[in-house]
Amino acid sequence: MDTIDLSASRAKHKRSTEAVASAAGVNLKDCYQCGKCSAGCPVTHAMDVMPREVIRLMQLGAWDEVLDAKTPWLCASCITCVTRCPQDVDLPSLMEEVRRASKAAGNRPVKEADVFNDLFLKGIYQSGKSNELYMMMKYNLASGHLFQDMFNAPHLMLKGMVGFKVHGVKDKADVRRIIDKCLGGEAS
Amino acid sequence: MSRIGVFLCHCGTNIAATVDMTRLAEATKELPGVVYVEENKYMCSEPGQQAVKQSIIDRGIDRIVIASCSPRMHELTFRKMLTDTSVNPYMLEIANIREQCSWVHKDKEAGTKKAIDLVRMAVAKVDRNAPLFTSEIPITKRALVIGGGIAGIQAALDIADAGFPVTLVEKEPSIGGKMVMLDKTFPTMDCSACICAPKMNDVGAHPNIEIMSLSEVEEVTGYVGNFTVTIRQKAKYIDYDLCTGCGLCEQKCPSKVTSEYERGLAKRKAVYKPFAQAVPSKPIIDAKNCRKFTEDRCGVCEKLCTVNAIRFDDEDKLVTLEYGAVIIATGYELIDWTSLYGEYGAGAYPDVIDGLTFERIINASGPTEGHIVRPSDGKEPKTVVMIKCVGSRDPHKGKAYCSRACCMYGAKHAHQFLDKIADGECYVFYMDVRAMGKGYDEFYMNTLQDGATYIRGRVAKIYPEGDKYICIGEDTISSKIVTVSADLVVLDTAMEPQESADAIGRLFGVSRDLDGWLTEAHPKLRPVETNTAGVYLAGTAQGPKDIPDCVAQASAAAAKVIGMFCLKALESNPMISVVDEINCRGCGDCVDVCPYKAIAMETVERRENSVWVTRDIAVINSGLCQGCGACTASCKSSALDLLGFTNEQILQEVDALCL
Repeated sequence: MDTIDLSASRAKHKRSTEAVASAAGVNLKDCYQCGKCSAGCPVTHAMDVMPREVIRLMQLGAWDEVLDAKTPWLCASCITCVTRCPQDVDLPSLMEEVRRASKAAGNRPVKEADVFNDLFLKGIYQSGKSNELYMMMKYNLASGHLFQDMFNAPHLMLKGMVGFKVHGVKDKADVRRIIDKCLGGEAS
Repeated sequence: MSRIGVFLCHCGTNIAATVDMTRLAEATKELPGVVYVEENKYMCSEPGQQAVKQSIIDRGIDRIVIASCSPRMHELTFRKMLTDTSVNPYMLEIANIREQCSWVHKDKEAGTKKAIDLVRMAVAKVDRNAPLFTSEIPITKRALVIGGGIAGIQAALDIADAGFPVTLVEKEPSIGGKMVMLDKTFPTMDCSACICAPKMNDVGAHPNIEIMSLSEVEEVTGYVGNFTVTIRQKAKYIDYDLCTGCGLCEQKCPSKVTSEYERGLAKRKAVYKPFAQAVPSKPIIDAKNCRKFTEDRCGVCEKLCTVNAIRFDDEDKLVTLEYGAVIIATGYELIDWTSLYGEYGAGAYPDVIDGLTFERIINASGPTEGHIVRPSDGKEPKTVVMIKCVGSRDPHKGKAYCSRACCMYGAKHAHQFLDKIADGECYVFYMDVRAMGKGYDEFYMNTLQDGATYIRGRVAKIYPEGDKYICIGEDTISSKIVTVSADLVVLDTAMEPQESADAIGRLFGVSRDLDGWLTEAHPKLRPVETNTAGVYLAGTAQGPKDIPDCVAQASAAAAKVIGMFCLKALESNPMISVVDEINCRGCGDCVDVCPYKAIAMETVERRENSVWVTRDIAVINSGLCQGCGACTASCKSSALDLLGFTNEQILQEVDALCL
């Protein structure tokens, strides 16, 4: 296992970790590592490091390990953790900011999550609503998992859960403005 | 023929669930001398006590047995109950059928049998009880406080304020102890000297307090209310009656020595006051380093002193005084980590220091005037590592116990460092953060916000690299090995008892625990008393503590002393040893085994078989005897007997059980 040279990693990464945290509205010093977030998280079975550890690594300035971790990409943003956190640490927002910083650095530890996220936002941007059937198709093509969930499609169509008709909202421009404002134009 | 009443307590279901009370009552009725047996759900309650009193009157009972809980719990209650009856309070025996029977057994059959045995023994014993009477012991209303740290200061002030004279004995040249060395105190960040020095001045100026600095207790005799204590006042070589404390001698003294008060970071003179606010505010001469004593030269202080207060021919003085009560507040010392922790450099690295030394460095009146610098090169450290539990919670190398104050002063050091050095990095290696005082956890949380990085784990090794010290540890939270290149390392070392605690403990008959701390009479219910009546504990002499706890304990001990001094006289314990002078053969074994020094040998002339003989016999000091019974067990000629537990009574019990 690699040793972390705290003095060096702090000097190198202190600014980037703190910038990411403050963009998420999180004070890294707040977290006292009780682990309640990890214990309540529904997705830990798929994660490589615990949600708690993501913050710990950031506290120690171990930024490279954070960028390589799958955990931020698997976070479902269900906000169970922050609801229960004794220190009110907004972990899902932090995960989101880590994903953005990670992507900006050309890093995508879980490619599918990134593809899905982009397609989803793009869909909303275009029509103001998510059109599941087209979303599934595009995702399967873009991710390379061509047949994923395909056999569910007829069943869902018969039930009227998905369909070929494209749904939208009246004022698409408003939705686009909202998204632009939030993301600084990343989605378009 | 004695008329014994036996009262069986159910203690709710505490006893009745495991002991068949009806069978116990029936068996008890058969015992010789028993004229009356009664059961009650709660014998200690008011109705229970009334029932006992009533049956004493109705049945003409002259001695009683109460079968209930431990005598430690309610023997006194029942003795008090008997004071307004015709029965002497010592004509009472308690059969412990709760702690020694129902609570430790599950089998009702066996429990009942054992309870019957216990009651039978108590009945047999009470049959041989004799009435005992207390007597009055006069009290010398002057207190002795040993140790002039914050605990001793507080205790002395409290007693003196109540109007009783106090002698405060301090082995150093000034009172103040460890607290006066500190910079600030957690969690309020009061300046330590600013809150300690006024108290020191109060002590110095108090009409009821006499300070004996540079003094040690040498000999103790007597007992509660009447201790005779001999104190050695070491030679100061300065006449304190004449000295004005002008400081000219100190200014002109040519000999420079390492200052103990500044933890070796600065020099002092051979004639010196340890620090500016010292009380008494007068210097002493350190004869080991004074050129007058070592080389028979110099003497400049003597020449310059305007009031001729220098006395090179001064000698140690022995003072003997009477005291009614004693408070031991001898304090702590930091463990010598250099002999224990080779992995931290064993003292070879000048910038690996202990917490008290760091206190001097950050202290505005310290050698660096509060500028944080490294002792080695005087440079400002940018990265500081604090290591907690050095010597504490380390039974292999140091002590098994937690030193209690380090978590908080460690947090305080981190806070102060980050406050003074804005671009500094502070890493605290810890095992747990124990911040359980009022406002303590909030303080620790603020330290985290200040930017201190807490890393859970001990540092395994420190080694120098260039002018840095590399500290290697594991962050056990993330399971990563981490290293820090530190400029300065502060070790939060364990507290251990003062060396003098051993001698003080022996002098006053106060036992010490495995770690050497003086032990209290009961860890929960008698926390400031000792097993020697009239001797109390305050501060870290009893165990590691922070300042608020020391002060609280000191005031508690003072309250005990004041309470005693407010009595007209003390009531003696009548359950003490007595000597049968005819059978005593003068061997002196009892003198050796007595833990309270209550027995002395005396040569007497007496007429035996119409002949005058001179021989040694043991004499018991009734004030000192605590009734432990060690002497009676050691006496080969059965000349010693413990009233209330006479040899006859105990044999009766044994017979009742075994025959």
